[in-house]
Amino acid sequence: MCYNKIPFAPLTGERPGAKSSDQTAGGYRLCFRFQSCRNPKHVRCFRAVYVYLYGTDFVLSETKRGYFLFMIEMHHISKTFRVARRNAGMREAVKALFRREYTEIRALNDVSFTIGDGEMVGYIGPNGAGKSSTIKVMSGILHPDMDEGTCVIDDRIPWKQRKEHVRNIGVVFGQRSQLWWDVPVLDSYELIRDIYQIDTTVYKRNLDELTECLHLSEILRTPVRQLSLGQRMRCEIGASLLHDPRILFLDEPTIGLDAVSKIAVRDFIRRRNREHGTTVILTTHDMQDIEALTERILLIGKGRILLDGSLQELKSRHSGVRKITVSHSGGETAAELAEQLPEGIVCTENQPGQSSFAVDTTRLGVSEAIGILSGKLEITDLSVAGATAEELVVSLYEEFAI
Amino acid sequence: MKLYLHYLSIHLRSQMQYKTSFFLTVLGQFVGSFTFLLSILFLMDRFHTIKGFTTAQVLLCFGTVLMAFSIAECFFRGFDSFAGTISQGQFDRILLRPRSEVLLTLCSKAELSRIGRFAQAALVFAYAIPNSGVDWTWDKILTLAFMVLSGVALFSGLFVIYAAICFFTTEGLEFMNIFTDGGREFGSYPIAVYGERVLKIFTYVVPLALVQYYPFLYLVGQAEAWWYALTPLAAWIFLLPCALLWKVGLRHYKSTGS
Amino acid sequence: MTTVHGKSNHTGILRKYCTYFRIRFTSGLQYRAAAMAGVATQFAWGFLTVLLYKAFWEADPDAFPMGIAQVTSYMWLRQAFLAMFNSWTVDGSILSDITGGNIAYELVRPLDIYALWFTKNFSMRAANVTLRFLPVLIVAAVVPAPYGMSLPAGVPAALGFLVTMILGAFVTCALIMFIYIFTFFTMQPLGVRMVFNAVTDFCGGNLVPLPFLPPALAAILEYTPFAAMQNVPFRIYSGHIAGWDILRHMGMQVMWLAVLVLLGALLMKKALKRAVIQGG
Repeated sequence: MCYNKIPFAPLTGERPGAKSSDQTAGGYRLCFRFQSCRNPKHVRCFRAVYVYLYGTDFVLSETKRGYFLFMIEMHHISKTFRVARRNAGMREAVKALFRREYTEIRALNDVSFTIGDGEMVGYIGPNGAGKSSTIKVMSGILHPDMDEGTCVIDDRIPWKQRKEHVRNIGVVFGQRSQLWWDVPVLDSYELIRDIYQIDTTVYKRNLDELTECLHLSEILRTPVRQLSLGQRMRCEIGASLLHDPRILFLDEPTIGLDAVSKIAVRDFIRRRNREHGTTVILTTHDMQDIEALTERILLIGKGRILLDGSLQELKSRHSGVRKITVSHSGGETAAELAEQLPEGIVCTENQPGQSSFAVDTTRLGVSEAIGILSGKLEITDLSVAGATAEELVVSLYEEFAI
Repeated sequence: MKLYLHYLSIHLRSQMQYKTSFFLTVLGQFVGSFTFLLSILFLMDRFHTIKGFTTAQVLLCFGTVLMAFSIAECFFRGFDSFAGTISQGQFDRILLRPRSEVLLTLCSKAELSRIGRFAQAALVFAYAIPNSGVDWTWDKILTLAFMVLSGVALFSGLFVIYAAICFFTTEGLEFMNIFTDGGREFGSYPIAVYGERVLKIFTYVVPLALVQYYPFLYLVGQAEAWWYALTPLAAWIFLLPCALLWKVGLRHYKSTGS
Repeated sequence: MTTVHGKSNHTGILRKYCTYFRIRFTSGLQYRAAAMAGVATQFAWGFLTVLLYKAFWEADPDAFPMGIAQVTSYMWLRQAFLAMFNSWTVDGSILSDITGGNIAYELVRPLDIYALWFTKNFSMRAANVTLRFLPVLIVAAVVPAPYGMSLPAGVPAALGFLVTMILGAFVTCALIMFIYIFTFFTMQPLGVRMVFNAVTDFCGGNLVPLPFLPPALAAILEYTPFAAMQNVPFRIYSGHIAGWDILRHMGMQVMWLAVLVLLGALLMKKALKRAVIQGG
């Protein structure tokens, strides 16, 4: 199916409630949501409007319920924090006694995206870019700034209908634990069962399934403090899925794990998505996670969504990128060199004696690039390779200057 | 309620993992309030009466407040240590649960070692009740029980205020100690010993005197009117503004960390 | 030559701790809101205490072991310098380092741990007290006569107060060090701390000034290290300890300081050895 071909014509001004003043995407969206929610015919129109307005061509999977196309819709969400500024030094410390300066930090700046039911999306960006804030808004922990913008997830506004909303989501924070440190994992699970008021038979079924998929049977009776990080992370993920959430937020789930545990976690997430149709939003710094799991990535930097596309697309866009790794001796360090480089070549890694460069072959030939480099450095060894996902991201960060 | 009991049993189990620590803390609680009791005893021994109240009567006051405080601290510890809950990001997790955040905060901590203080209060009662010269009729026994329960409500309310302030400041506000720890310590004597003005503050601003002093006058027979025994009701009314402040604070919650 | 070399090395070490003190002190000064709240709390607390003792005084003025003005000054000083002399302020990071085993990192540094932690404690307390004592004292001085604070009892009292204050502060820090040391052995900081607080507060005259205790008990406590903390300066200030007694108490303070530091450093060495053997 290609929804691009559905004509947009019937949608302008003809439908009751869709006034011509509703020029914003949010306006259209709201009036169509109102009319189309339970009617598959409207759903199709609704989908067409979306494709028209946002120009995306990814095909949405049919949902089991069939009504909700988009599991998550964020439109123009912003979040501002007021932070007290502290300066170093004795004088500043004394001064701060009397007057305190505040800075406004825009953690999220007009963030909009949609995520379909059953999609897996990788959410990447450097530290402090707003990844966690987005997750917190989507999971109902934070109220965004309310001047404009909407966020609807599975037909609910997270922070307004918090309790109903969170029953539907599971959240794993890689750096925090939701399990009790001193009691066996199973005790924590039973508490979670009571918190979510999960029906006993449902709980039993889910527990059995999770035990099998995550290989928990050996460790369920161990206190958490005796588990390794990898074991603990598997238990954490299990704990977040006991109540059958339709959406799973994973905030750096593989952080600090060894290679074996990482692969186990990835396999499980993929399987969960395939078998249960769980929508997964994954933030990570590990590009292997992204490559292994997600088709689509969202790049955020300085609170803005900079890029929304498939990994494949990104790769083809950068297919002209080659990585040149250079060993060199003495002379100028690559750090100084980095500023003198012409368009089309950026320094991605910089260690004494060894540096890597990404070359955009559409703008600069590889041989030219080598020529430039050898003119500036005393090269002792050299290799050329296609870019990995890691390097794609670095060049993306460079491109957007974040 | 069932959920709360479940939490309680897990708290109990995880605190029992560290038995020495637990018993040392119980001991610490006991010794802590015991030295305070000693100082009251030594002072009363030297001066015999304060504002006309005898030692046993002062101890009755002390016992009431200490018992109320220890119960409140045991079960409402989640609010008392709320600054830590926020800064460690545990409140995020609470908000991710499909239950009332008040209930889950209540559940999040239970400091069972407060039994050390509770035991102290019980011992003090054991001495003060027969020796205070009160004619223990049914209404007076009920009044005393009502005083303790209302005291729990009052201190809990103060803990909730304390926690609600954390939403704005992230750190706890030390000033609240005046009413919580201060209430416990200065509430050991009938509030009137501090003079008319303090009595007014503790009547109209924080209704500690309504829990501890006026019904106490009824107990020892200095006030005849029956409604003196009902003044602790104020503590329950006091919970309303506390809950309101909590709701306002919740809207201002800024999650911390990554 | 060797002596000169040794000396410069020595000042180098001292400078290290001075720098450390400065850093900790300045960072401690940042907690403005906490200090403001602290001042308000300590003032209110002091006021209620003064009112309580006034009520006792009214009950039986003859049984009062000190003048009412002396007690009042004692209480205000206690509130103003609470941040220096209290027994419950400890560095939580040190405790968690000990129980969590992070102590290994501290051992890597070329510093004496006892001296380092002592400086850490002292600078933290100094910063706290700097932020707090003046406002409390000023307000206490303005409060009208029976409730307010009076001037020191004379020049010797004022001088003696200053000297014994500093000595008392050191004794307090030296005592606090034992909390860390006990934590090494028990690994359970909370209970130990609570018992320690209770005993120190009671024996040190923080709950009730020592003269208010039964005479026999007070006489014994005077010879303990606890009495060498706030008890001495506050009573010198108001003239309750005067004349040669000032020097006697000062001597006691110096003696206890030496004993506590030596004992503490020794025990610490033992504790560290143990921690290393255990693979801390």
